[in-house]
Amino acid sequence: MKRLLTNITSGFWKAGLIAAACAAFLAVPLSAQDMAADVAASSDTVVAAAETAVEAVAYLPQGTADIMWLVIAALLVFFMQAGFAMVEAGMTRAKNACNIMMKNLMDFCIGALAFWAVGYAIMYGGGGNSFIGWDPTYVMMSAATAGQDGALSAGWFFQVVFAATAATIVSGAMAERTKFITYCFYSLIISLVLYPITGHWIWGGGWLGEMGMRDFAGSTVVHSVGAWCALAGCILIGARKGKFGKDGSVHPIPGHNLVLASLGVFILWFGWYGFNPGSTLVAVDGIAHVAVTTTLAAAGGGLAAMCVSWIRTAKPDLSMTLNGVLAGLVGITAPCASVTTGAAVIIGLVAGVLVYFSALFVEGKLKIDDPVGAISVHGVCGAWGTLSVGLFGSRAVDILYWDDATAIKDGLFYGGGFHQLWIQLVGVASVFAFTFATAFVLFMILKATVGLRVSEEEETMGLDIGEHGMEAYPDFSVRQN
Amino acid sequence: MKLIIAIIKPFKLEEVKEALAEIGIEGMTVTEVKGFGRQKGHTEIYRGSEYTVDFLPKVKLEIVVPDDSVTKTADAIVKAAKTGKIGDGKVFVLPIEEAIRIRTDERGDSAV
Repeated sequence: MKRLLTNITSGFWKAGLIAAACAAFLAVPLSAQDMAADVAASSDTVVAAAETAVEAVAYLPQGTADIMWLVIAALLVFFMQAGFAMVEAGMTRAKNACNIMMKNLMDFCIGALAFWAVGYAIMYGGGGNSFIGWDPTYVMMSAATAGQDGALSAGWFFQVVFAATAATIVSGAMAERTKFITYCFYSLIISLVLYPITGHWIWGGGWLGEMGMRDFAGSTVVHSVGAWCALAGCILIGARKGKFGKDGSVHPIPGHNLVLASLGVFILWFGWYGFNPGSTLVAVDGIAHVAVTTTLAAAGGGLAAMCVSWIRTAKPDLSMTLNGVLAGLVGITAPCASVTTGAAVIIGLVAGVLVYFSALFVEGKLKIDDPVGAISVHGVCGAWGTLSVGLFGSRAVDILYWDDATAIKDGLFYGGGFHQLWIQLVGVASVFAFTFATAFVLFMILKATVGLRVSEEEETMGLDIGEHGMEAYPDFSVRQN
Repeated sequence: MKLIIAIIKPFKLEEVKEALAEIGIEGMTVTEVKGFGRQKGHTEIYRGSEYTVDFLPKVKLEIVVPDDSVTKTADAIVKAAKTGKIGDGKVFVLPIEEAIRIRTDERGDSAV
């Protein structure tokens, strides 16, 4: 009996295979113990039976594995919405917390419906041109209405959470002063047309993709697009009351809960493991390397931002270090599958330094009020990440995910010259020009019609009561200044 | 009767309360307050910028005692609340005209 048990433990996986094989051959149900006894009986039989079993067992087909990986990755990216909500709420005041939550909810709800209606067709439709895509079968997902095309459904699901990520970046930058209805209109337009158009240029078979631009998971496609919209909105709406003194001095407005903000950054970091590794779009071995580069850049970004803050203000500043982690993540998003691990560390470190000084520059010199630092994190570091492909990009790494024809050229520091850097620069600049200009016009129209900003009285009282007639913390006394 | 108002550092409240209990003080009113004196505020950092917090949290005690207990009460507070560093607070003594215990309608010293 003891010998039998040993055999069961040591040969359990073999026994499983044999059980399956025997079931297939004999169609007679047998217990695992019986199988193990057989294993013990003859090792030759075991090998033979196991080999047969390999052929007989129905493994997960690659197509199904791809769909599974894409859906799992999309779930992680979806959870980033919670991360954004926590970061934005934590870095703003308690009197506007309901409003931030509502905006984060609605940009997903409205955005998902808009992306379902036409956004996906504009972004991925093969029937358009290199500027804008179109495919009537993608409109309202008519090609997969009854779930008849699993790959298409998975693709849409994965892309809709990306579209929502771009949309939600604006809510933090324009927080504490924007009319809720205006934000709803903006959410509709970015998910309906703005994001899908530039997304088509790079990911949907458009002109930038054709040129050989590499933005693996969306430093530009997703993050910069959101940030350039935020920049346009912040310029038009102006600063929060009390942010700048009459002499232009900066008055920090501390967020109400840095614990929530930190939780949000952890959630975003967690979700990024769907964002970057998921962008392989298929279940391949390469997802592991992408997870590694993503981790290293995030760690580098956080460390660099902490060190800079420690040196500059004599204390390690949590609020900036949180931005540093996100900066590293945004930075590695484009090059995550094109660079070595060492390059990922450098990209993260640079992003962490960049975000710190960029945030101070946006606030102190440009006098733009961005409560959560979205323009610096997603815009500046998104541009940095995209350009870093042209600096640190390695064809040897990139080709693991692409083929000979589509892989990038080596970056500047890898002896490839300026070729790839130039393409990346064209991508960054053209997406900035298009998104900033269209978002500026959009916010101008909204300003002239529904209005951008709440009344001064409402801003003082808080948007929770003014816009939604409720408080996030009714049992606590909330500062109204 | 005198009203003693003491403004002390919040973490000293427990020691002051015990010191007062030892000399037989049976009641007090405590309020969390904010303010500044010579200590001024302190600087905090948020998103890379320093800013001054002018009003620091303090605790205010209000105790009414018979005239003959004023000195020992004030001394007990000063002794217990002292750290020797700036920001220890202040003690004020004010005259009280009348005191009434609501439950019994007692007046004067017996009401406190």
